[in-house]
Amino acid sequence: MTIATATTDLMLEATGISKTYGAVVALKSASLAVRPGEVHALMGANGAGKSTLVKILTGAVHPDAGRIVVRGRERTVHSPAEARRGGLVSVYQDPSLIPDLDIRANLRLTETPLEPFRHWLAEFGLADLDLSSRARRLPLASLRIIDLARALAIEPDVLMLDEMTAALPANLTERVLEIVGNMRGGDRSVVFISHRMSEIGSVCDRATVLREGETVGVVDVTAGSEERIVDLMLGQIVDQAIPQAKREERRTTNGERPRLAVQGLGLDAKLYDVSFDVHPGEVLGVVALEGQGQDELFEILAGSRRPSGGQIFVDGTGVSFHHPADAIRVGVVYVGADRAQALLMQRSVRENIAVPFTAHLGRWGLIDLTRERRIVDEAVRRLQIDARAGNEVRRLSGGNQQKVTIARWVAGGVRTMLCFDPTRGIDIRTKQQIYVLLRELAEAGAAVLLYTSELKEVQLVCDRAIVIFGGRVVAEVDRADADEATLLRAAYHLQSGAALPEQLAASAAEMATGGPTTGTTEERVVSA
Amino acid sequence: MTALAATNARPTVELAAWARRNTWTLGLLLLLVLLLAFTKTIQPNYGAFGIQGLGTSIMPLAFATVAQAIVVIAGGIDLSIGSMMALTSVVAATLMQGQGDAFGLAVVAGVLLLGILLGAINGALVVSTRVPDIIVTLATFYVWAGLALLVRAAPGGAASPWLMSLASGPLFSEWLPKAAIVLVVVVAVVWIPLARSRLGVSFYAVGSDQLAAFRSGVAIGRTKVAAYAIAGLFGAVAGLSLTASTGIGTPVPGPYTLQSVAAVVLGGVSLAGGRGGVLGPIIAVIVLQLIQNDTTFLGIDPNYALVIQGVILVGVLILGSILESRRAD
Amino acid sequence: MSAAVTERSGTTAITWRTTLRERPIIPLIGLLALLVVAIDVADPGIVTPSWAGVIVRASIPLAILAGCQTLTMLTGGIDLSVASVASMAGFVTATLIHSPGGVAEGIVVVLIAAALVGLINGVGIGVFKVHPLITTLGMSFVVDGLANVWQLQMVQTGAGVPHVLRVLGSGTIGDVIPYSLVVFVPLAAVIMIGLRRTGYGRLLYAIGDNPVAARLSGVRSWQVLILLYVISALMAAIAGLLVSGLSNTASVTLVDTSLLPSVAAAVIGGTSIFGGRGGFGGTMVGALILTVLTALITVLGLPEPTNQVLFGSIIVIVAAAYTRVTAES
Repeated sequence: MTIATATTDLMLEATGISKTYGAVVALKSASLAVRPGEVHALMGANGAGKSTLVKILTGAVHPDAGRIVVRGRERTVHSPAEARRGGLVSVYQDPSLIPDLDIRANLRLTETPLEPFRHWLAEFGLADLDLSSRARRLPLASLRIIDLARALAIEPDVLMLDEMTAALPANLTERVLEIVGNMRGGDRSVVFISHRMSEIGSVCDRATVLREGETVGVVDVTAGSEERIVDLMLGQIVDQAIPQAKREERRTTNGERPRLAVQGLGLDAKLYDVSFDVHPGEVLGVVALEGQGQDELFEILAGSRRPSGGQIFVDGTGVSFHHPADAIRVGVVYVGADRAQALLMQRSVRENIAVPFTAHLGRWGLIDLTRERRIVDEAVRRLQIDARAGNEVRRLSGGNQQKVTIARWVAGGVRTMLCFDPTRGIDIRTKQQIYVLLRELAEAGAAVLLYTSELKEVQLVCDRAIVIFGGRVVAEVDRADADEATLLRAAYHLQSGAALPEQLAASAAEMATGGPTTGTTEERVVSA
Repeated sequence: MTALAATNARPTVELAAWARRNTWTLGLLLLLVLLLAFTKTIQPNYGAFGIQGLGTSIMPLAFATVAQAIVVIAGGIDLSIGSMMALTSVVAATLMQGQGDAFGLAVVAGVLLLGILLGAINGALVVSTRVPDIIVTLATFYVWAGLALLVRAAPGGAASPWLMSLASGPLFSEWLPKAAIVLVVVVAVVWIPLARSRLGVSFYAVGSDQLAAFRSGVAIGRTKVAAYAIAGLFGAVAGLSLTASTGIGTPVPGPYTLQSVAAVVLGGVSLAGGRGGVLGPIIAVIVLQLIQNDTTFLGIDPNYALVIQGVILVGVLILGSILESRRAD
Repeated sequence: MSAAVTERSGTTAITWRTTLRERPIIPLIGLLALLVVAIDVADPGIVTPSWAGVIVRASIPLAILAGCQTLTMLTGGIDLSVASVASMAGFVTATLIHSPGGVAEGIVVVLIAAALVGLINGVGIGVFKVHPLITTLGMSFVVDGLANVWQLQMVQTGAGVPHVLRVLGSGTIGDVIPYSLVVFVPLAAVIMIGLRRTGYGRLLYAIGDNPVAARLSGVRSWQVLILLYVISALMAAIAGLLVSGLSNTASVTLVDTSLLPSVAAAVIGGTSIFGGRGGFGGTMVGALILTVLTALITVLGLPEPTNQVLFGSIIVIVAAAYTRVTAES
């Protein structure tokens, strides 16, 4: 019997992992040590580098530097296939099943044995799944379970679950947690990524916390360790670095006609009877957990999608958008979180900002370059865009790219701006500039609708906020009361002071998948 | 009891599932039957002989289309097929001239290897240069065409008699053209086991979603090279069938490249990759050929056949696009 | 220039890369000059002003056809119907030489026909979202077929390339400056200014770079695409008229061999087939490079097929170079 190995006997040890994409540093110096039989949480705010780390460990991404040791042997993993043979398997956030192949063929690709796979499917209550159905035709929740069952069937040494429960209905979430929990104390390990504290608390032994691409701490998960984890995730700089955006007291809006009014907006199984007003000079926040229908709401208001019911009024006039151009024509413009979706990556800053000017058929002729340059330069100056690498927008940093998507609309003068998580994944300085800009726009008379996944932004930028849960507006919070705790409770649709029961968090997730609805009486009445 | 019932039910269920998946192919098959019936009405003495002629005339394009289908399924496109056929065809005709049957057989084997090599070069260039498939194969279109002209500047050479006999005439029954049997046998021997192998599944995987394929452990580069190489094999068979049906080798590429793309798309293979098979495209080739025959029977200018082909190509895809958007709603 | 600043190091290699990325026309002109020097070394004294005139004259129709590919490729499309439309234009004009309206009538007729073809292409691609490759391929079948039908109808009336077109296509001032520049210079100016200085030109790049972003910015891409394919077809018709004048031939297949070179010239000129990158300046140089290359092969006394092999190799090499320098680091 050997004795010496006991202390150093780690299942997986990664040290000094770094990765940069162009100008963006995804991982600075990340480390992760996982013991055998442990469920290890990997925590961090958006963009902290969790997913990149998992991709590196499973060979999907090559690190710039770092060392990976599995069961005491150093490994370089060049591909997911190699990682799988070495005992490292991940279930990624987006299912890695081939959409055009049936499940059986998908299993053959990964050389997954059929019987254990069926066993795990049965464990998840999907025993009667037709293996000859194409992945494309299955709902997201089933795909994730199939992905998980496939991973479990190969019995990997380390199983990595990246937001495994994010798109699952409540019963499946529970089942997954149970099965992951059962793996504790065995001879295999799990790396578990989740945004939900309750899940971390219920299944994990320890947690490694990443912040801005660095491992900032490893915490034993016990009752009360959440606070410590959150502190690590947020770090100290955050609170100090964001000064209050300059703002004045909100003007009274009584009797004034709203710039944008939404009445009884509905979309099948996504939105129910959503009504609110945004007034000129106001920033209205929208607060919601992932997938509560806010994506669809913004798509409808931006003209990308048609609602199934309800009305939209701009300056008191009813409108119906068939194309984003219709929304833009009445002054409703959209800034999204996904810059890759909004930008012409190979074109210059100038062209990117100027696209809307020439979109209309009547503007296809010669461009007044002097005027264009003046307007664009003004917008670049106002947003403090660092346009040194401006020949191609893809060479700008994420923050500067996001500023370009905003500058595009600021240049033409903003009346109504829809901002969907505009500060996602960008640096703190740029975030601040965006906060200040949104306030300035509002003070100049614009109406701004701001969905944000960072709750503290609400108090920094918004005048008031509406909270959406399960596709309906469940609360309206004034700025003064919009502290993070209140907003979070409201987002989980809880009465103030109550705890956050797991059940509700799960049913929120259920809404995200469009799966079986919770079916309250109220809902049935509305949808009838 | 239940188990028994399940086994009994399975073939029907699977057949239904197969039919659901292959609605496009079944639709084409129906179109083919209707066209055959139509042909019989306008040309009452259309019979075994007509079928034999049909078999011979579709062979080169059918093989070219199978080649194209494999590449397109794997997410690429091969514009070099036409000149690859010309090259393999002249090489075969030149080497076979004045030689015996045994040597002819060796030539066939050599030409098939040549096809695999040409295809593998296409694939290797696509993978290593990361230049879009369409540009790489456009370039190799010229290279193969040039090489074909270097092999022989003018049409000529000869085909082994046994090779020629494969392309025409019936076998077993006068209704069974030998060409069709060759087509079925070659496709069955190569494609069916391939489609069931992990490699074949990888073709679909790479064409359908490269990222997911990579994460599933598919070696993207090697799979692409393999797809092009197998397409090269079928390209060589197409070239050989040109030699077999004409008895000579012609160094100038025929219209096969673009026609194979058209037939592949009509046959239900998505240009986006990952979807379709080789049966649909082969049926599409027969349909296109039959349309051409029918214009002759009807005494219409055969050039209208080309017009009809174009209209069908665009029309069917517009229809497909409308149906797709309906389904999306 | 400014981009170089942000690069991690300022070595000459990076400057070279930056040049090729930002100003591909400079190395292209270098390549062209190299070829001209080579041809002068191979056959001293051949490079004269009148030789240059011949080269330019031969390049013009190719440059126009490559312009069609450039414009459509900028949006991520391609136009495979240009050769058919061009052949049709030259041929139909020649057959209408004896019509009451004379040459003018012929030209108006073919321009209308071309616009119609472009309109159908544009509707298929822009409205019904059918793949540009397939839509334009299908339309090329239709145009080819109809042109052939027209040919059979017109066999009796007799045809001839109108004098005007012969002068325009092949005439020169002082044996140096081709008359076809009268057509080409304004056309090229309109294209280049159009791409750089008009809202419409910007939208071509925008749609090709990121169709979703263009849509979110309020661009209705179907409007842009319909106009684009009409423009492309009209340019193809003009090129066809010049080719028929240059060769003094009226044939329904006259321009067919220029289809792939037109794509090649655009690719060599630095236009990306994925869209959003490129321009007409590079394309013109690309067309010149291909023409000079052909001349060089002839001068070297190499067999014609060598031309094709070299041609293909250059496409791959140049395209690979572009891919390398424009790839995201």
